[in-house]
Amino acid sequence: MIIENLTVRFGAFTAVDDVTLEVPPGAIVGLVGESGSGKSTLARAVAGLVPYTGEITGGDPRRIQMVFQDPYASLDPRMTVGASVAEGLRVPRAARRAEAERLLSLVSLPVSLAGRYPRELSGGQRQRVAIARALGAEPELLVADEITSALDVSVQGAVLNLVRSLRAELGLSMLFISHNLAVVRYVSDVVAVMHRGRLVEVGATEEVVGAPKDDYTRSLLRAVPRLGRA
Amino acid sequence: MRHLLRTPAGLTGTALVALMVVLAIAGPPIWGAEAERIDSAAILRGASAAHPLGTDNLGRDILARVLVAGRLSLTLALLATLVGAVAGIALGALPSVLPRRAARLVTGTVNALVAFPGLLLAMFTAVVAGLGARGAVLGIGAAIAPGFARLTQTLAASVAEADYVSAARMLGVSRWRIMTGHVLPNIAEPLILNLTQALGGALLGLAGMSFLGLGVQPPSFDWGRLLFDGFARIYATPAVALGPAVAVALAGVGFNLLGDALARAASRTAAPAGRAVPPVAAAPGEPGGSGEPGPGAVLEVRDLTVAFPGGVTPVRGLSLTVAPGEIVGLVGESGSGKSLTASAIGGLVPYPGEVSAARLRLCGTDLGELPERERRKLLGTSLAMVFQDPMASLNPALRIGGQLAEVAIVHQGASRAEAGTRAVDRLGHVHIPEPGRRARQHPHELSGGMRQRAVIAMGLMGTPRLIIADEPTTALDVTVQRQILRLLREVTGETGAATLFISHDIAVVAELCHRVVVMYAGRVIEELPVGKLASGAAHPYTRALVASLPDMDTDRSLPLASIPGHQPPPAEVGAGCAFAARCGLANDRCAAERPPLTPYGTAHRVACWEAS
Repeated sequence: MIIENLTVRFGAFTAVDDVTLEVPPGAIVGLVGESGSGKSTLARAVAGLVPYTGEITGGDPRRIQMVFQDPYASLDPRMTVGASVAEGLRVPRAARRAEAERLLSLVSLPVSLAGRYPRELSGGQRQRVAIARALGAEPELLVADEITSALDVSVQGAVLNLVRSLRAELGLSMLFISHNLAVVRYVSDVVAVMHRGRLVEVGATEEVVGAPKDDYTRSLLRAVPRLGRA
Repeated sequence: MRHLLRTPAGLTGTALVALMVVLAIAGPPIWGAEAERIDSAAILRGASAAHPLGTDNLGRDILARVLVAGRLSLTLALLATLVGAVAGIALGALPSVLPRRAARLVTGTVNALVAFPGLLLAMFTAVVAGLGARGAVLGIGAAIAPGFARLTQTLAASVAEADYVSAARMLGVSRWRIMTGHVLPNIAEPLILNLTQALGGALLGLAGMSFLGLGVQPPSFDWGRLLFDGFARIYATPAVALGPAVAVALAGVGFNLLGDALARAASRTAAPAGRAVPPVAAAPGEPGGSGEPGPGAVLEVRDLTVAFPGGVTPVRGLSLTVAPGEIVGLVGESGSGKSLTASAIGGLVPYPGEVSAARLRLCGTDLGELPERERRKLLGTSLAMVFQDPMASLNPALRIGGQLAEVAIVHQGASRAEAGTRAVDRLGHVHIPEPGRRARQHPHELSGGMRQRAVIAMGLMGTPRLIIADEPTTALDVTVQRQILRLLREVTGETGAATLFISHDIAVVAELCHRVVVMYAGRVIEELPVGKLASGAAHPYTRALVASLPDMDTDRSLPLASIPGHQPPPAEVGAGCAFAARCGLANDRCAAERPPLTPYGTAHRVACWEAS
């Protein structure tokens, strides 16, 4: 799927400025940037939640799904997990339950959770449910907007492992957005760096992280705290 | 329900409403005949033993009529409320379902109706719909509807912003389904609460309509009608008008009190309720305890416990020392008790939390032994706190410089001019460019990083002996985070203060701190020099935390380590090691017996039976 010349304006303010980015099939493209860089606005535009100018080609823009940052706000508190996951399914009514259960196992959740309400789940479990719900619509592109930043470190690792295994098993294409370069580096094949609404650098992960060409990318890399540096 | 009966208002409301319901059911069968009995011998009598409220122009007993009229009055009020609520909710929900243009039209209509006086709307509708009970019900319904429409609209708009509604939209769920499946169920609670209050209003409104002759017509009668009939005689025989008036007032007050109490009970936060427990002063420190810290420690905490009513104990027997010039990192996941530890040291544990400690010493002074005034003064001058959200420490309405100056004026008795000069100097000290100009600005004019610097500068107005920084960089970008960490290091070195740095991010702690204290389920489970963190940690939890954190050198071909299960909540910590259920090394002993924090090499302590 290719995002071409995508621009989002809010009044006089240009949040996303003429961004062109390709997400190859079966690849995870990581998008990093600081707050206000426009990365979340780009995500919402790609998902069709914000009006934009530009084009999305090479796929059906309606088959884009998104997983949000806050697992406490992204599930309807009055709906069971099973109902949430089943909501977007395009299968006959009789097959819904089985399909919802299949999706839950896909994200390594016990099937017994289907009858529970979101408040009974931990943050990591809720984020898995949100992913399962998005997968139910068989997306051509999954947009993940800071999906681990509200989670504790020990839970984050498991969700990142899940993201990687979904790509390996389902060939899922993904736009993975995070402010955390270490996280983006770990899951992405391609890294795109955004700054003030523009893409300043795009390239294979090892290249961008190992030999950054842009000054801003370099300053970003320098600032990442490292465990081993102490 | 218990909350409802606890307050006098709730109790009164519930009792009055219950009384009205009983009256509506039992009134007509009991007093129906009496209310209709015409007695030509006792026409237009005043209050007497036989007729406590007197009789009307046909000699009918007014008390009986008031008691019987309850049913009609309440039924009509109920009908009017339902009409109003259904129309209002439909009108309020429409904009979310309709296309943009039509939605705007509906919104505009509702806005215009809200601006229109309710009673006027009611009278207008009643006159158009025809005199009588039907007209009055429709009229009051019409008067109630705009309020409900506005409430529904506002509530629906807030839910429509929710991520789960966005998610449903992306899944292709229809607008109608989103309305009925997601929006309405999530706003039902406040709407239902509003119904109770609207019922009281409808009752009064209907009485008013009948009183004006626009409502119930004879031979039917409700309270308003009785009031209308009796009003002409109010100066001669007041009882005939006062009876129905009191009934209307009681019912109206009852429904309003109940609605109020219900709303209050519903808005009550999930905070554990309980009886007030006065904070227990820290016990005096016992001399020469074991595990004595190095002399001259700025902060010395022994057996700190923070408990909330209901057996919730988020911090359990925590001991901690910080030396001058030392930066100690307190690490843990959310719910580990690390932030409450900071609050307890700063005396900021929210009510009804209860803090106790065997020793809580700041600069050698036992905080528990000091009188309130002096404790405040000591904390005010020697403790600087930096929180995650700098706006929590800054007053948005005041200029930065003035807020800093206040610290010096209050705690050091400086003059306004001196304090102002010092504020500008301190702002420059934390590398804020053009400190003079920034001092005259308001907090919202500064970036997040600048605000955090300003808060640190505020701490530097005095001479802090202890700096507590609670997730100070979590809301900041990495590049800004780096600058703030550098500033903290610089400030600690310069002032020789002790710094307690609280964070969930081990990588940040590893960059900044000298020593790391790891918390799990309210206790310290490991304490180690920062150099050992990456590869020399002894506790399985610390090791797993380090392994699960991807950093710039993580091998991308391997899955990340993750810890199964979750940290037990503060109310459910058992007798054994709190981590046992998630630990690969755990055995029977771990589950039964809690390992104490014991020395493990130099400057390293761990609480684990299996650490070797």
